[in-house]
Amino acid sequence: MILPGFRDAAPVDGLIGGGLIGLAAAVMLLGLGRIAGVSGIAAKAAGLGGSGMGRATAFAFIIGLPLGAFLVTLASGGLEQSFAGPVPLIIAGVIVGVGTRLGSGCTSGHGVCGMSRLSARSIVATLVFMATGIATVALMNATGWEALS
Amino acid sequence: MTIRPLIALLAGTLFGAGLTVGGMTDPARVRGFLDLFGDWDPTLAFVMGGALVVMAIAWRFVPGMARPIFEDGFHVPTSSDLTPKLIGGAALFGIGWGIAGLCPGPGFAALAIEPLSAAIFVVAMFAGMGLVRLTER
Repeated sequence: MILPGFRDAAPVDGLIGGGLIGLAAAVMLLGLGRIAGVSGIAAKAAGLGGSGMGRATAFAFIIGLPLGAFLVTLASGGLEQSFAGPVPLIIAGVIVGVGTRLGSGCTSGHGVCGMSRLSARSIVATLVFMATGIATVALMNATGWEALS
Repeated sequence: MTIRPLIALLAGTLFGAGLTVGGMTDPARVRGFLDLFGDWDPTLAFVMGGALVVMAIAWRFVPGMARPIFEDGFHVPTSSDLTPKLIGGAALFGIGWGIAGLCPGPGFAALAIEPLSAAIFVVAMFAGMGLVRLTER
């Protein structure tokens, strides 16, 4: 399906993907009583604080992420996606690591789990990281810094 | 060994599949969503909307449950204070998200799509988390 005015948009894929993410977060909440916040779970899996769940549980969740991506790649016959070069990846990775620990969450924990229960902290955090993300992309475009190859 | 890691593996797999189907593992799509003042791609709003609807329903079950199905109790955040640390951290995270078009979940999921790029991002992210861990000790 094509969204009028946005030639690259994939709204149906987006809704299906979002539904699966919501289902995954619901399994974590109703099954294990935990927030499916990837940054916190990753920190726990790596022994860097984070989520209060068991370390094996955290590790299993993180392993599932590429496994799920692999299954979709297999079913769709390969994906064409371009990633940033090593230098922007390192800069971005460090900033994301520091920011998500200080800010107690990322797109999943705050954006999906927290916002859906109307947590004030999560709503504010999501608005803030959306705003700085938008500003960063605008600034990079204005200065001609092409991060993606 | 309990059943908990298996439940988490199932959830992680669903999560990774959803990220991939929704386009969140594609840095160009993520940056297209953040490119509000340029060639805006609204796809991620649909991802967010789909996930929020399902989770909003899931939260409604919690008050009526004595405990989660496979755990002794619910362990969800209870703090509600808006601290400079929360806001500063979120601001930093957004900058990193904008630079490479990757956040933590898609970073791990992309290990199955472009392993080298994703591994560089994930290792750097753990380094950043480690930095915070060091300063908090």
